[in-house]
Amino acid sequence: MMTSFLPLVAAVLFSIGAVGVLVRRNAIVILMCIELMLNAVNLTFASYSYELRSMTGHIFIFFVMTVAAAEAAVGLGIVIAVFRKRQSADVDDVNLMRW
Amino acid sequence: MSSQMLVVNGIAFVAIFSALMVVFHRNPMMSVVFLIVNLICIALFFLLLQAQFLFAIQIIVYAGAIMVLFVFVVMLLNLRQEEKLHPTWRIQRILAFLGGPLLVGALWTALWHRSPSSEGFPGSFVSGFGSTEDMGRLLFSDYLFQFEAASVLLVVAMIGAVILARRKES
Repeated sequence: MMTSFLPLVAAVLFSIGAVGVLVRRNAIVILMCIELMLNAVNLTFASYSYELRSMTGHIFIFFVMTVAAAEAAVGLGIVIAVFRKRQSADVDDVNLMRW
Repeated sequence: MSSQMLVVNGIAFVAIFSALMVVFHRNPMMSVVFLIVNLICIALFFLLLQAQFLFAIQIIVYAGAIMVLFVFVVMLLNLRQEEKLHPTWRIQRILAFLGGPLLVGALWTALWHRSPSSEGFPGSFVSGFGSTEDMGRLLFSDYLFQFEAASVLLVVAMIGAVILARRKES
């Protein structure tokens, strides 16, 4: 019963992260919402891996964590660079290439 | 309701509550703290799903390393005073609040109506499902190339972060 319940929780967490990316304008909070979404996907991988008794899902989670670490490092580097230039971490202030 | 389901429900409640607080708390520092709570909840789910290695990695790498990075940046930038939510309700925000429940509904419908996974592809385990030994065996045999590619990715990200955050001498 756990493997049918946990993907539902993961779906809720993913949606909360997606809404957060859309409603917040602080770049750091947006990065945190992306981490939230990645974790929701990880939870889905883990529960289906448990249900199918196959460890391929665990390998996927391992690589998602690797990519998340790289993404956080580069993303926060960009936020710091933008903050130096504009004295703000608001995504609305970075609009040079906006359509 | 069995005691295991009670525990799962409790952790799920804390996870969803902390996720909501990450999104809706105005102070980014509190968002970081609630995100750490959320990550620990996910780690407990991993433990319930017999993913012991991932439980340890989640605590060490996510709740430890990545969140410390976030804490450092939030403190470095000191965003306290400019975190006022603008009163203008723009179209993007309204659409997001309408689309979020829709996304939950779509995902739940898809998950309820999925075909039962009768036949899996159970692997052969040396020391049990989810153990560190089997994880390492898979990483260094079947997924060796991906593992090496991940190391290249980490090096590139490290160099990129250093270059991006470097102070320009003018």
